Amino acid sequence: MTHAIEIAGLRKSFGTTHALDGLDLTVTTGEVHGFLGPNGSGKSTTIRVLLGLLRKDSGTVRLLDADPWTDATALHRRLAYVPGDVTLWPNLSGGEVIDLLARLRGGVDRTRRDDLLERFQLDPTKRGRTYSKGNRQKVALVAGLASDAELLLLDEPTSGLDPLMEEVFRETVDEVRAEGRTILLSSHILSEVEALCDRVTIIREGRTVESGTLEEMRHLTRTSIDVSTERPIDGLTQSAGIHDLVIDDGGTRARFDVDTHLIGDVLARLGDFGITGLTSAPPTLEEMFLRHYGDEPVEASEPAAEQAS
Amino acid sequence: MRDSYAGTGTLVRFALRRSRLALVWWILGITALYPIQALALEATYPTQADLDQLAASLSGNAAIIAIAGPEYALNTIGGQTAWQTSAFGAILAGLMSTFLIVRQTRAGEENGADELIRAGVVGRAATNAAAVLVTTAANVALIVAIAVSLIACGLPVEGSWALGCACGFTGMVFMALALVFTQVSSTTRGAWGMSGAAIGVAYALRAAGDVGENALTWLSPIGWGQQMRAYADERWWPALLLLGATAVLLAVARALHVRRDFGAGLVAPRRGPATRDWRGGAYELAWRLQRPTVIGWWVGLAFGGAAYGTIGDDVGDLVGEGNFSDPLTGGQTSGETLVDGFYGSAMLMLAIITAAFGVAVTLRARAEESSGRAEPLLATALRRRSFLASHVVLALLATTAAIAVAGAATGWMYGVVSGSYDRMGQLTWAGLTYAPAIWVIIGLTVVLVGLVPRRASLGWLGVGFAAVVMFFGPLLKFPDWIMNLSPFTHPALVPLEDVAWAPLAWLTAIAAVLLAVGFAGFGRRDLQT
Repeated sequence: MTHAIEIAGLRKSFGTTHALDGLDLTVTTGEVHGFLGPNGSGKSTTIRVLLGLLRKDSGTVRLLDADPWTDATALHRRLAYVPGDVTLWPNLSGGEVIDLLARLRGGVDRTRRDDLLERFQLDPTKRGRTYSKGNRQKVALVAGLASDAELLLLDEPTSGLDPLMEEVFRETVDEVRAEGRTILLSSHILSEVEALCDRVTIIREGRTVESGTLEEMRHLTRTSIDVSTERPIDGLTQSAGIHDLVIDDGGTRARFDVDTHLIGDVLARLGDFGITGLTSAPPTLEEMFLRHYGDEPVEASEPAAEQAS
Repeated sequence: MRDSYAGTGTLVRFALRRSRLALVWWILGITALYPIQALALEATYPTQADLDQLAASLSGNAAIIAIAGPEYALNTIGGQTAWQTSAFGAILAGLMSTFLIVRQTRAGEENGADELIRAGVVGRAATNAAAVLVTTAANVALIVAIAVSLIACGLPVEGSWALGCACGFTGMVFMALALVFTQVSSTTRGAWGMSGAAIGVAYALRAAGDVGENALTWLSPIGWGQQMRAYADERWWPALLLLGATAVLLAVARALHVRRDFGAGLVAPRRGPATRDWRGGAYELAWRLQRPTVIGWWVGLAFGGAAYGTIGDDVGDLVGEGNFSDPLTGGQTSGETLVDGFYGSAMLMLAIITAAFGVAVTLRARAEESSGRAEPLLATALRRRSFLASHVVLALLATTAAIAVAGAATGWMYGVVSGSYDRMGQLTWAGLTYAPAIWVIIGLTVVLVGLVPRRASLGWLGVGFAAVVMFFGPLLKFPDWIMNLSPFTHPALVPLEDVAWAPLAWLTAIAAVLLAVGFAGFGRRDLQT
């Protein structure tokens, strides 16, 4: 299995701010990789290092088996980039911007371009200053997706898109995946990441805190259990592995969260009381995200990161 | 009715707070033109005999009439001051008024700030009313400042007020016009374009009318102001024309304003092409982005050169004698060498202005970077050095062409006035000898862009320094090492002196080294937004 992106121990400072503080990221060729983190956690900085726009301070960075700083121009022929905050030239039309970026990459696929314009319902004759935020975003998306690049770096590409356009975006990502191309998708829209991504990396304060498939990551977190039993439950306590326990209905109903790798043990113990009803809900990405970013300090997340790597 | 003006007072205070620096600079800058001209005339022509000789030599010169205006009482300091300042003062007042109106109305509507304001308890007409109040106040301040400063220079009181009113009232007509245009165009740029064109047309109409002595002058607000004849038996009724036109145009703007939607104009924004080939790549983009700037500077420099050319051989009468004129004549005092020295100095001055043009074009590369627009470009196969080169090569070529055009325009107008076109080639060549010095200033700016991007605008300091050295160096006897720091000190003063090749060669070499350092730095550093 080859890797489109391999980053290990990447550090980058701006003055006294440590934007990236030992970041790791591995993206396998052909996958759609979700890149998550709160505002200011270093996602865009990472992407700019990958684009050779910023120079790393230390660590190793390989992009398509080359160095993103020294081989930037050659690499750029093989990748496409969609920024999250799109600034257009006020008096160039959207069509002109799309053609400009395509020409500078090395050629335009006109059929694909026109097809995308159609699907994203973008008017290419309007000038940059008259586009709304969503439409500026579409200009950048069409320019990026119209390329035949083997790697797409998408930095919050759907901010500002309406739900219909979000759906079109998901379809195009599935098409890109079907063609065997690779996507790094930085996003805040967790349902989008859950729906699209094969694997996910979560970063915080310039460091990787979790990485893996959604399944693996769920395994490391908690599952919500709501169980009813024939006989009152006895001996189930708020202990290591069991959280937020509530027992009512005279002890025959329990609701709690359990560390997912302990779920077998807990269910075996509950079996003794005669289970009459059981619902379990795997954690959503949103819950995982909130758990990492809610109020816990970084230290609490570090064991998980170690287990993941 | 009253509701539609709710909040006007608050908006006026907000505008004064936000634009106070700009207001101060505009008013001081325009006002300064007047007393400086009066004082310079007093210093250069100390006796009535000098003034009579000056008036005789200028009388009937069609080219200068086209540039300045109709000739009244040219043998007085007041008449000369009014003649040399009134057209440019009116243009500047028009630009100030346009700036204030567009900034407070259409610009806010375009960038969305106005939407926040109008969602508050603010009447529909309040934004426009506040803009008109502030701009009117600025023009009134201009009138008072001009009149008081001229009276302080010892000029007659009534004429000083007439000259001030001609400037401020003309500014108010352009204020009302700008307000009409901000209703018509839905973009800031469009409103500016129409207002700028209107000011240009007004200037051209009065030029044609003044030279032909016909009614065209009376189609131009600038012409009305000049027909108040400051210091030459003043007439006050043209002031009523100016104020009447202002009132009518404000009513038109109001009628248009109530008929249009927020954010819209009467003219739909133009559409662009759906596709473009971009065969020229980044260079085509740089040209496309900078084309209006470049053409504007070319036209401006050609006009500037032509203005020098109108003086023809009458240099001695116009610049007078003595130390004050040193920077204007290359230190020459009489005869053919005086004329050569004058045009040599004119080319030097035009070259320094051209260097400012070069800095402006070069700094666009940095503006593209800091606005974030360079980022998607540099994420393509475009090399960093090609991105920077697209703007820098444009700066090098456009300035070289500009200084040649300025020289040719000077020589051409000299030919129109004097009948001899020999100077056209001579002055084109004289201009080109300053190209290496201009390249050094561009090179310096590239070094800043490459090594200290956040301080790149310091490139303007290079131009400022060269200008100070040129104007004040010989007069104030700057030490040699300071004089030698300016690249413009080194080329020979063609056509007064013969071309000296050695300085041109090493100035070119210095420019090349600076460019190399700047490009190396730009290739090595982080992109900084």
